[in-house]
Amino acid sequence: MFRRQILKSMGVAGLALATGISAAAAQETVKVGLILPMTGPSASTGRQIEAGARLWMAQNGNTVAGKKIELIIKDDTGAADQSKRLATELVVNDKVAFLGGFGLTPLALAVGPVATQAKVPAVIMAAGTSTIVASSPYFVRTSFTLPQNTAPMAQWSAANNIKTVVTLVSDYGPGLDSEKAFKAEFEAKGGKVLETLRSPLMNPEFAPFLQKAKDLKPDALFLFVPSGQGASLMKQVNERELAKAGIKIIGTGDVTDDDQLNGMGDQLIGMITSHNYSAAHDSPENKAYVAAFLKANNNMRPNFMSVGGYDGMAAIYKALEKTKGDTDGTKLVEAMKGLSWVSPRGPMSIDPATRDVTQNVYVREVKKVDGQLYNVEFATIPNVKGSN
Amino acid sequence: MSMITSPSPEAVQARAVLLGRSNWGAAEIAFWILAVACYWIFPTKLSLLSEIAILGLVALSVDLVLGYAGIVTLGQGAFFGIGAYAAGLAAKHGMGTSLWSDPLIGLFIGGGVAAFIGFATSFLVLRGSDMTRLMVTLGVALIVDEVVNQMKWLTGGSDGLQGVLPSAVLGIWDFDLFGRVAYVYSLVVLFVLFVIARALVKSPFGLSLQAIKGNQLRTRAIGMPVNARLIAVYTVAAFYAGVAGALAAQTTQFASPDYVAFHRSADAMLMLVFGGAGHLYGGLLGSVIFRTMQDVLGNITPQYWQFWLGVTLVALVLFVRGGILGLLDNLLSAWRRKGGAS
Amino acid sequence: MLTILLDGIAYGMLLFILAVGLCVTLGLMNFINLAHGTFAMAGGYLTITLMQQMGVPFLLCLPAAFIFAAVLGLVLERTLYRHLYDKTHLDQVLFSIGLVFISIAMVDYAYGANQQIVNLPDYLTGRLNFLGASIGVYRVFVILICGLLVISLQLVLTKTRFGSRLRAAVDDGRVARGLGIDVTRIFAVTFAVGSGLAGLGGALGTGIISFDPTFPLKYMIYFLIVISVGGTTTITGPFLAAILLGVADVAGKYYVPAVGGFIIYTIMVVVLIVRPQGLFARAAGK
Repeated sequence: MFRRQILKSMGVAGLALATGISAAAAQETVKVGLILPMTGPSASTGRQIEAGARLWMAQNGNTVAGKKIELIIKDDTGAADQSKRLATELVVNDKVAFLGGFGLTPLALAVGPVATQAKVPAVIMAAGTSTIVASSPYFVRTSFTLPQNTAPMAQWSAANNIKTVVTLVSDYGPGLDSEKAFKAEFEAKGGKVLETLRSPLMNPEFAPFLQKAKDLKPDALFLFVPSGQGASLMKQVNERELAKAGIKIIGTGDVTDDDQLNGMGDQLIGMITSHNYSAAHDSPENKAYVAAFLKANNNMRPNFMSVGGYDGMAAIYKALEKTKGDTDGTKLVEAMKGLSWVSPRGPMSIDPATRDVTQNVYVREVKKVDGQLYNVEFATIPNVKGSN
Repeated sequence: MSMITSPSPEAVQARAVLLGRSNWGAAEIAFWILAVACYWIFPTKLSLLSEIAILGLVALSVDLVLGYAGIVTLGQGAFFGIGAYAAGLAAKHGMGTSLWSDPLIGLFIGGGVAAFIGFATSFLVLRGSDMTRLMVTLGVALIVDEVVNQMKWLTGGSDGLQGVLPSAVLGIWDFDLFGRVAYVYSLVVLFVLFVIARALVKSPFGLSLQAIKGNQLRTRAIGMPVNARLIAVYTVAAFYAGVAGALAAQTTQFASPDYVAFHRSADAMLMLVFGGAGHLYGGLLGSVIFRTMQDVLGNITPQYWQFWLGVTLVALVLFVRGGILGLLDNLLSAWRRKGGAS
Repeated sequence: MLTILLDGIAYGMLLFILAVGLCVTLGLMNFINLAHGTFAMAGGYLTITLMQQMGVPFLLCLPAAFIFAAVLGLVLERTLYRHLYDKTHLDQVLFSIGLVFISIAMVDYAYGANQQIVNLPDYLTGRLNFLGASIGVYRVFVILICGLLVISLQLVLTKTRFGSRLRAAVDDGRVARGLGIDVTRIFAVTFAVGSGLAGLGGALGTGIISFDPTFPLKYMIYFLIVISVGGTTTITGPFLAAILLGVADVAGKYYVPAVGGFIIYTIMVVVLIVRPQGLFARAAGK
């Protein structure tokens, strides 16, 4: 009788343990949920990140610290309420140990509260506005921030005889971030921003803004548009012959996105941009990365979004190794702080104070190499912080 | 001469028909019981179900203007967005404690602001052909979209409105991560508004709307105040869409320009036509099926689900008249013919 | 600023060529075809494929795009569209949106989600300067081609038998049928030509606007604006409307960037309130 009772209670206790709510802690499989815009205007971002993430897993296996890693990809179509819902479902139904992805700022901001409430680390692999990481203690970024990528451009311009600039950015978070960062840095170095133009995000016609920029006759025109719009912007820049009018075209690397650069035409040769990644980055890690990426993805060239995904998975793997497989969210975030490694982009690390990415930013020029257009780096600003 | 005589048999029959219209059919009751049961049947999908309930409410609002009054509109999404931002701002500035953050008050704020704007713009839909009204309402919706994006100081611009923290529903139930409270809340609101809408369309007012839809000229000729009725129904529909927006802001705890984007209007109309307009349930059914299909297809093929959805739409229109309800109607009558008259 | 005016005119004329097919189908058969942008997209993507992958010269791509889109339109009309003439507007809307989804997914699958780029031939690049304004050579090209098309369309409508039959059918289909005019055949031909023109517009547009799979949805709104402001009973109406809108959009964004995006919507709403049948429509028999 007694024995039966003990066995029963042991059985019940065992059952309770097995179906415990902190499911992740007891599982053999660790799930990583990526929320990406796979359709809609930002679809190319989603594809690049997915390809980068999968490449990491293909190269490094799918076992870490004795746990099997399972990747789940969800399409949020670029709509923030979808991102939030998918994040909730991933956390509650699939019991993911990591969230990741987030192609645009509002998508990341929407997921913040979910990550905080569920205590699940969320790795930002794309979104670039500086305020995101601070909005939840569970955010870690492996992509870049606009101020990080923009300030070096302002510094280079000031040091290279450019005195007046007109800025043209897309009218949304990262665009405004970039405009602010450029203006602050450039004017601090003695330059003058003549006018800050903003084009609507969903804009088919850049012509009037470019014409206005041309009429203002600055030394240089600074451009920022999200990845994917660079092609039509540059087409109209060329059409308006701004370069021939003596205006230097500068911008962040989003405009000369590796994904599209090669098709954008030879008129781009000579354009100077600053960014955290170029497919032409001269390091053994990058050469291997690009070769493997091209092979695995039908000759699609990797761009800065893909390394966000690649390094995002790297951070996840390294964190798990550090916690020896423990999937407690808070411990994982702690493990990610201070991680540093050499990525295809160059050396990078996760700032322990801000959880943002610190990396080199390069100033590059568009050149033709082996018959293809590349962003060839010629200056490096080391260890730029993502946010302060 | 005394007119007080006992009613003629025809009058009695007419009264019975008119009153009988308000009886709840078995299928209706089954629908709502199923909706409630979903809470227990699909405990892991409650966020999606809340979303469907909210979409259903918007589709319902479109049904009121389109299915019953015959006003072709692509502007309901604007009211949805306005309601979302109004309620979101209320909750944000109430900061979770004051009366402003109370969800129910938020609903009224959202619905109220939307209704006000609906009333103010209702004159736009009184004139013109279908195409005109389509374009005017679309234009208004696009303008609202632009305004929301431009008024960054108020709406947070393209980054969206953060910090929307509604307090607990009725002071008791806090919105939880699993979406439980959200679903029950959304479903109850939907049900209450549905009952009101149902009473509205079964009433003489509702009948007059259908008359207007059928032949506006003739309805005017018999002396009915057509414009007043149209304005009334348009305002009510705006209120409904605004409440749906408020629900969305409260259950997702933020508002973004996506809430005023054109596709909200387009989706609502799509779901309504998909389900079958003019029967009140069309919008609800359409939302359930369309959204579920989108979710299921999206899981199977994250990149190309749109293709299969498109195929379904095309097939539905080619082979069936009146959307899903039309399809069900066909099946039902076919079944009845087979089983019944022999 | 003359430059801005010319930019706007070029943009407007392009919009017109893209939208004219839709305008005629709507006016003629009262059929709301929201998938019209698909034919434009087909023309654009065909041009991109021919030029990028097969090195076909640009000028050849233009008629190719026209023919391709026209044939596509004819096939679709005969197989799918004609079942829908009797259905309600709502059904037509649902159907055409379904087609749009299908086409977006297909293009996405074949070409990827990125914006496509076309490198124009050298003789079409560069700028011209006259009267103190500068305008891109390509835009001049667009204006010329579109101008020619408008004139020929107007000539066909007013001077040929087919044109007069078409106008009769638009004014009052029943009476036209009663006179023995084969309205269905006219419609098939018109639909094909309209789609072909959209395809041509798409091909021309590759030099100015961006092409990605979401093109039909993005531009649909502009087409609808052109048609509702211009009215559906003439083609000069939408033509003038398109120019007006093109100039207003470009000038608005130049002079008042904060409200630039608004301007065309506001114009449209105001016009429709004041004249619901469109700015330039004449009172038709319907």
